[in-house]
Amino acid sequence: MKEIDAAKITKEVARLCMEANFELGEDVLKAIEEGFEKEESPVGKEILRQLLENAEIAKTERMPICQDTGLTVIFLELGQDVRIMGGDLETAINEGVRKGYTEGYLRKSVLGDPLERVNTGDNTPAVIHTKIVPGDVFRMYVVPKGGGSENMSRVAMLKPADGVDGVKEFVIESVRTASANPCPPVVVGVGVGGTFEQCAINSKRALLREIGSEHPNPFYSELEKELLVKVNELGVGPQGLGGIVTALAVFIEAAPCHIASLPVALNLNCHAARHKMVEL
Amino acid sequence: MAEYSLKTPLEEKDVRKLVAGDKVSLSGIVYTARDAAHKRLVELLEQGKELPMSLEGQIIYYVGPAPTPPGKAIGSAGPTTSYRMDPYTPALIENGLKGMIGKGERNEKVVDAMKEHGAVYFAATGGAAALISKRITGAEVIAYEDLGAEAIRELTVEDFPVIVAQDSSGGNIYTEGQKKYRK
Ligand code: SF4
Repeated sequence: MKEIDAAKITKEVARLCMEANFELGEDVLKAIEEGFEKEESPVGKEILRQLLENAEIAKTERMPICQDTGLTVIFLELGQDVRIMGGDLETAINEGVRKGYTEGYLRKSVLGDPLERVNTGDNTPAVIHTKIVPGDVFRMYVVPKGGGSENMSRVAMLKPADGVDGVKEFVIESVRTASANPCPPVVVGVGVGGTFEQCAINSKRALLREIGSEHPNPFYSELEKELLVKVNELGVGPQGLGGIVTALAVFIEAAPCHIASLPVALNLNCHAARHKMVEL
Repeated sequence: MAEYSLKTPLEEKDVRKLVAGDKVSLSGIVYTARDAAHKRLVELLEQGKELPMSLEGQIIYYVGPAPTPPGKAIGSAGPTTSYRMDPYTPALIENGLKGMIGKGERNEKVVDAMKEHGAVYFAATGGAAALISKRITGAEVIAYEDLGAEAIRELTVEDFPVIVAQDSSGGNIYTEGQKKYRK
């Protein structure tokens, strides 16, 4: 049995909210740099140059990469041999969000009710996805998710006969219609299979993968590569102003599903692809 | 792709020469407003009342900045998606507004007003919010303080980097640019 102090969780969530918003991951930076080298459109190149300069300023001055510092999504892998001491998990996480968004001068973008639309003032509550796993691991991803890219998400219940071609068409068409709105270059998260809600969560979980990492299954690894080429052939380009760098990566997460179903979901991350992980 | 440095307020002749894809560096005063502030401005116009600022030759930037950290003029301040302002924009253009800064495409009604009155729509880089904040040297709330991040601010900007996204003769870099690089 491992014991973890709730106060420790609060502290880590606060730190990661700030870090994720101030520092773009090395993998994302590298992908934007490679995009800058490749981009054929002069306007597109200028935008990628600005994004690199922006990331540098954000990091050195500890300012948010983007003013939309997101709604905080947490992916947690919690070992069944872990015991949280001195408070409950959800309160500890939300306390961390409150602290991180206040101390880091991050924008508060959460409304208490979707129709009343009154700001909660401290960016809480977070959306928390917990998976109970064997052992005593506590692995937490903090993912601030911006509204512009989130609004371009889609889910579809395809017919099994649509098969892999249906999935490809869905992904390509979604990125095309999203155009400039999710702030391309984007990271494309795709959930295939599972149930309606599971494939949506998987499409978001897929965004946690490191850019440049291979899918363990060769079939999906090939499909990811093929989709990345096709999405970049759309010509959307940086900020939708035309160019060859529309996406930095395509990540797929597949799950077992019902004989009658073929659910597919798409979640986009903007170039401000923010996520930080900690193990306690 | 031509490059220009422009000072606000803009003159119609300067606006008319801008072509979609041109790179522009803006200096002077720029006002901020998002959906909620737009709604109030248009209501004032409908009631024939005076606006909190003159729109003559001015530019509105669609932004809800992050809170201002100590010692800085403003927090990170990148553009928000523009289509949410489309229902209000034609009325503002009719009343002298010459430029808008945001991200993403505008609709036909906005374009018609831009053509008729000589106005331009600029794209700033979505997510380049820390960089843009460095080009903002002053920020003062001039109206609707109750709207928080969405209040109207008067910004003083120096070499604010934008791209002409849609021009006053119907040119549109979203459609033209994407077509050019589609394979
Ligand atoms: S889509 Fe991303 S980069 Fe663009 S404004 Fe939203 S959070 Fe910022």
